[in-house]
Amino acid sequence: MAKWRIIGVLALLVVGAGWYITKPAPLPSDALDGLTGDPARGEIVFAAAGCASCHTSEDGPPTLLSGGKTFASDFGTFVAPNISSDPEHGVGAWSDLALASAIMRGVGENGAHLYPAFPYTSYNKAELSDIVDLIAHLRTLPPSDQPNAAHDLAFPFNQRIALGPWKFLFANSDWVLQEAASPELIRGRYLVEALGHCAECHTPRNALGGLDTARWMGGAPHPSDEGRIPNITTAVLSWSERDIAEYLKSGFTPDFDSAGGEMAEVVKNTGQLTDDDRAAIAAYLKAIPPVAE
Amino acid sequence: MSKKLNRVVATAVAFCIAGAAFAAGHLTEDQQRAMDARQSHMGLYSFNLGPIGAMAQDRIPYDAAIATAAASNLAALASMDQAAYWVEGTDASIEGSRAKAEIWTDAAGYMAEKEKLAAATAALAAVAGDGLDAMKAAFGPVGQSCGSCHEAYRAPRT
Ligand code: HEC
Ligand code: HEC
Ligand code: HEC
Repeated sequence: MAKWRIIGVLALLVVGAGWYITKPAPLPSDALDGLTGDPARGEIVFAAAGCASCHTSEDGPPTLLSGGKTFASDFGTFVAPNISSDPEHGVGAWSDLALASAIMRGVGENGAHLYPAFPYTSYNKAELSDIVDLIAHLRTLPPSDQPNAAHDLAFPFNQRIALGPWKFLFANSDWVLQEAASPELIRGRYLVEALGHCAECHTPRNALGGLDTARWMGGAPHPSDEGRIPNITTAVLSWSERDIAEYLKSGFTPDFDSAGGEMAEVVKNTGQLTDDDRAAIAAYLKAIPPVAE
Repeated sequence: MSKKLNRVVATAVAFCIAGAAFAAGHLTEDQQRAMDARQSHMGLYSFNLGPIGAMAQDRIPYDAAIATAAASNLAALASMDQAAYWVEGTDASIEGSRAKAEIWTDAAGYMAEKEKLAAATAALAAVAGDGLDAMKAAFGPVGQSCGSCHEAYRAPRT
């Protein structure tokens, strides 16, 4: 009997310690001190980070962040929330710090973990000043009073607390391309790995849903279970840097087929960047290791 | 049941099973031809976009006559009635097809995408000879129209 009691207490301690090291970690309260957001610069960050691709409704205007789009995954279906400036149904009443903690740390309004269907595991590498600009831009966008819908997830994935260990294992802010030799590559790496979250679609995942960085951009099964998202490393994609940059601008491949699926959404965002930024993304894709099919 | 009737039933059942297997694995000749035709039609879009796109991307010098000819082809292609291409039973569950089932379940939405391309290519044809800047401005909406239909109605590649 006593033995069982000791085991029980030990188990509680392990769970408690586990909870402690994996509990939600928002940004420190002084993280944004001295930063003022510039909404005009924030518009570019907003495009580069692709927030509209997930947070607009299927056929709403590109600035109305009413939420409602659904995302299938192995764990169930996620629904994007309303992040418009509406104080009740959107995030208009959130502080800058609370918003920055959601975007960069995956911590929600009431201090709970957010699901990584929201790619904060990429945005955690963003510059704080860019995020503050982005938030200033968000506040200029129109309100929507659309209520949030609940995710449709199976147990245990519907337990937000289970996300603590997940984040502990997979949410790190290291660059995958560790050596970036030129300012162009540093910019390209930032646009791809931090803001553009290209890997969220183009890199395969392990059984727990973490990105398999050994096969970075090596292509992945489509989350709908139908078809594949292409390998965009030089092992398969033979386009020139210019071809890649043009594709990110207009959606046209070198032989004038036109991008479809989710990539058509991505091109709406990359189409708003400067030619230099698109060239930087192309240079980055040429610099990462080839992944054989 | 008489022996004869038994045999008739057994044969009928066997035919049904064989028929179902045939339907799942093969297309009728008409279905295959419709699929080939629509994919060729798409290929003609790409081919005629080639020179216009290369000019818009500043890869080759602008030439008003070439731009006008290619844009007129595009406008003609996009205005054609294509209903006969999209025959039932040729969605992406069939080998070689990337046509989403939504083309049939949301036929009105699909037609609207087709009409958008017809309008965008007609606008391009009207100005393709008026200089590089005019052509570039009208080229953008054509690309967006191809992309918007592919986004909604073309399945991921396998
Ligand atoms: C790939 C899709 C995707 C992208 C891109 C995306 N989000 Fe989200 N976002 C989500 C999902 C799904 C959730 C819900 C997460 C949850 O409930 O745990 C979410 C949650 C949020 C929340 C928390 C809202 C709440 O009510 O709890 C904020 C704030 C947010 N996103 C802002 C942004 C911003 C700003 C960007 C761009 C920098 C962005 N999102 C990009 C999918 C996305
Ligand atoms: C939401 C998922 C998603 C995201 C995010 C995404 N892609 Fe894609 N990407 C796709 C899909 C799906 C395709 C295939 C498009 C098609 O079939 O026409 C694709 C195609 C491509 C291609 C063309 C490859 C080929 O062989 O045709 C390139 C290049 C590319 N993506 C680069 C990027 C870059 C750079 C980013 C980040 C800025 C990015 N993608 C972000 C889903 C995504
Ligand atoms: C109204 C919807 C629609 C529009 C507009 C559209 N497409 Fe398509 N396209 C499709 C569909 C659906 C498929 C897949 C057909 C299939 O696999 O049978 C496709 C396939 C293709 C293919 C591959 C053909 C093949 O050989 O398999 C190319 C290339 C293409 N489209 C180019 C274009 C270009 C360029 C434009 C714009 C000028 C365009 N499409 C406009 C719906 C559209």
